[in-house]
Amino acid sequence: MIPAQFSYRRASTVDEALSVLAEHGDDAKLLAGGHSLLPLMKLRLAAPEVLVDIAPIDELRYVRADDDGVAIGAMSRYHDLHRDTVLREHAPLLAHVAGSVGDQQVRHRGTVGGSIVHADPAADLPAAILASDGVLVARGPGGERRVPAAEFFLGPFTTPLEPDELVTEIRIPRQTGLGWGFEKFTRRAIDWAIVGVAAVGRSVGLINMAGTPLRARATEEALANGASVAEAAELAAEDTNPPDESHAPPDYRRHLARVLTARALDKAAVPA
Amino acid sequence: MSIAGTRVVRVEDQKLITTGGTYVEDLRGDALTGAVHAMFVRSPIAHARITSIDTSEALAAPGVIAVYTAADIDLPPAPVDPVTQSWLADGVVRYVGEAVALVLAEQRYQLADAAELIDIDYDPLEPVSSIDAALADETLLFPEHGSNVMQVNGKEFDEKTFDDCEVVVTRTIVNQRVAPVPLEVRGAACTWGDDGRLMVWLSTQNAQIARTVVAAGLGVGEESVRIVTPDVGGGFGAKVGADPEVVALGWAARHSGRAIRWTETRSENLTSMTHGRAQQNTITIGGRRDGTVLAFRLEVVQDTGAYPRLPFLPILTELMASGVYHFPRVETASRAVATNTAPISAYRGAGRPEATAAVERAMDLFAAEIGMDPGEVRKANFIAPEEFPYQTPTGASYDTGDYATALDRVLEAGGYADLRAEQARRRASGDPVALGLGISSYVEVTAGDDSGGEGGRVDINPDGSVTAYTGSSPHGQGLGTSLAMLLSDQLGIPLDKIAVRHGDTDEVPKGIGTFASRSLQMGGSAMRLAADQVIARARELAANMLEASPDDLELNVDQGVWQVRGAPASSTVTWAQLAERAGEGELSADEWYDEGAPTFPFGAHLAVVEVDTLTGKVELRRLIAVDDAGPVVNPLAFRGQRHGGLGQGAAQALLEVMNYDPDGNPTTATLADYSFISATELPDFELVNMETPTTRNLLGVKGIGEAATIGSTPAVHNAVVDAVAHLGVRHIDMPTTPVRVWQALGDARKAEAK
Repeated sequence: MIPAQFSYRRASTVDEALSVLAEHGDDAKLLAGGHSLLPLMKLRLAAPEVLVDIAPIDELRYVRADDDGVAIGAMSRYHDLHRDTVLREHAPLLAHVAGSVGDQQVRHRGTVGGSIVHADPAADLPAAILASDGVLVARGPGGERRVPAAEFFLGPFTTPLEPDELVTEIRIPRQTGLGWGFEKFTRRAIDWAIVGVAAVGRSVGLINMAGTPLRARATEEALANGASVAEAAELAAEDTNPPDESHAPPDYRRHLARVLTARALDKAAVPA
Repeated sequence: MSIAGTRVVRVEDQKLITTGGTYVEDLRGDALTGAVHAMFVRSPIAHARITSIDTSEALAAPGVIAVYTAADIDLPPAPVDPVTQSWLADGVVRYVGEAVALVLAEQRYQLADAAELIDIDYDPLEPVSSIDAALADETLLFPEHGSNVMQVNGKEFDEKTFDDCEVVVTRTIVNQRVAPVPLEVRGAACTWGDDGRLMVWLSTQNAQIARTVVAAGLGVGEESVRIVTPDVGGGFGAKVGADPEVVALGWAARHSGRAIRWTETRSENLTSMTHGRAQQNTITIGGRRDGTVLAFRLEVVQDTGAYPRLPFLPILTELMASGVYHFPRVETASRAVATNTAPISAYRGAGRPEATAAVERAMDLFAAEIGMDPGEVRKANFIAPEEFPYQTPTGASYDTGDYATALDRVLEAGGYADLRAEQARRRASGDPVALGLGISSYVEVTAGDDSGGEGGRVDINPDGSVTAYTGSSPHGQGLGTSLAMLLSDQLGIPLDKIAVRHGDTDEVPKGIGTFASRSLQMGGSAMRLAADQVIARARELAANMLEASPDDLELNVDQGVWQVRGAPASSTVTWAQLAERAGEGELSADEWYDEGAPTFPFGAHLAVVEVDTLTGKVELRRLIAVDDAGPVVNPLAFRGQRHGGLGQGAAQALLEVMNYDPDGNPTTATLADYSFISATELPDFELVNMETPTTRNLLGVKGIGEAATIGSTPAVHNAVVDAVAHLGVRHIDMPTTPVRVWQALGDARKAEAK
């Protein structure tokens, strides 16, 4: 398990990272926590020529509340989010979800920004951020731009980020007082979700039900139109396209989406 | 006071949990200075003809010393009866992961780059990816053999066997293929010395058998091979002897004139190390409605994988077919078929767990059919304590046992009646979280091999300390501590003055090793013999020194001194004083113990599961176990073996399976996909004690290495089925993953609607 040859650069600031990206473009890849990228490189499914280690960028490791909501620095570790009192108060769903990713080692190394830009449809945080109407802040040579999470996940491992851009922050509208629920269905504690559901208020994000994280729009609309949780949850698998694997065929995943959505919404019905 | 039977912290542990063990990959001796690194290039395709191999580009890559293929290796292939296996694939590949080429390079990182440059052309053949495909015999793995059936055993069945039965149930069940997943993957290092001998450091369960395999493979005498076993991070049966890779490495070391190191990757381990289990079993059970079983039939189809490495596996399943029951009529037969998958070999239990899984599922199916409690059906059919030694219809001779007491104890410890009442309450209230209770009563065989004995040697050193040598090969079990405890009791020498050594064939030329849970009963008995000899010699010597008759001398084991019976305490002689006086080798004995017959540990397990009937997810809530392996030497190590076994057995019932797709591609080739179990999925185990000694070895002990694995798989499996029995489910194949439970519930609903 030895990756192909690459050159290694280390960046301590966002500006440094951006200048390396500007220099190498497509040939460069950012290394944050490394929990997705390094296994791919060791399996030789990824072979970037330049690896830009952004782990030292401490300026992107924060959680702050402001008038609009909560701002999360992209280099915050899962563990940071799980333990953060500001996040627990204003966006408790995310704090909880961050605490259920992988295991202790993963949570101390993996970053929220890394999870977002990797855009793995089986990952937990992207769906939770999507359900939270999160907005991603990216910086590139042309300055800063904001992309709503709803427009960020284009396909499996595909985002609108340019090769010379870096996600710096995730902004979450304040959820204070809203109920939330998170249902992650796995075979074992450390597994990726077979299906997961992140609900906050009446918003529902689905994990692993398509090539991207999804909102359960039919469910949300039914709720808005006065349907009960049970009735609305029956619609959770509408417009999904779940992957087909021997341990979880699509019909089973659709069934799970319905069951888990009902459970998550039941929990979310209780105000925080 | 005897130390045996008391909890002793394992002497092995301090190193393992502080600085860490020294595994093959950690070795830094002079002999390996400048060693080159090796990597096997493996087939990415299940079944194909190799049409060409171009190594020229790889040979020109930085650091590459050599690239070898089958064409280079001038050794006859290994016999794997009734066919043969080349050391590197010769003309045909038969499974994904089969070694095709061997690359040597100065640095390890250069290997992966060079391997990508080897150009191998494959002409695909039809893959035989399942037992059914193999039995069809349309595509043959070995056309020269004429069939995919590698071995047939058993007599023709009598069509009248079940004629007098009021109820007959038959079903084909799968005992799925699992991967051993040792924490330490396979590894070896080797070098030829100036004396013309091959030195191999190997992660193995038995250095001496590895020496035999390697010497035979290389066509040299056993005296020309020395195997040294450093710390071994788990074997589970899959590290018995030496795999073909080791012979290829020994050959490459001779051909290249270089010392070589090899460590496989985790994915390589999952796809290329042998797998275990892999049987398809048809069970037929018949009897009366009062719960009496009159006849049992087991038809085994063993998947051997691409090469039939272990012919005795299905035979052992047949031997143990009737389990703990006094069935009047038992019929068994087996076939072993080759498929384009990784070879099957020993895995914790090796043939016995499959037998227990089959008969324990059969008992539950029979109980369900007649509407009787599964515990009661078992009690109605147990071999009674007074029937021992008991000769089974399949040819096993059970030594000692009390199966009803074992079951009574677990049912009582678990609160079986209350649990059944709770189950009934949930069913009546329509609780979507169903409760399931699973029982297994088991007997297994330890030291069941015919390999004949084990060696033990005891040396009293000049300072009165002991160095003992065993032919067993402890690799995590804590056997070193157990042997030292036995010696301490026998010699009166404290534990910290006893060192137990193993695994260097020059130090311990004769030995069999660690597998089949044989080490304590065989290795321990050998040690007892050697210590007896040393004591006999010491008695003469001490008599001489104390000017007394040997008959008047006694060994005071509490103080570790020899004394004259009835004489003042001052006239004693210590082991150190004896050793000082003794001539070279006088206080030393090297013994071979080969009297021991196989022993039959037994027990009963009760598993309690909750099944979410909406999602199919199973949670193992409780696992209560009696595992009776006779007197316990070290309760700490004994408990460790049970814990590991319970977890590994439960894992097969719930999670683990090594899968291949129809093209023969492994789909569980990383630990992200292969679901080994972790502590999070397991409850605290509830262990109940029971000790029934055997008469078949010097210590009265039976083996505990595999027992709990054998008992727990069917207990957990039965619990899952029991949880959803009221919804019309009679069987779910292992592993009982959520999707399988959900599908079984759906199928039962559909069947009911019809």
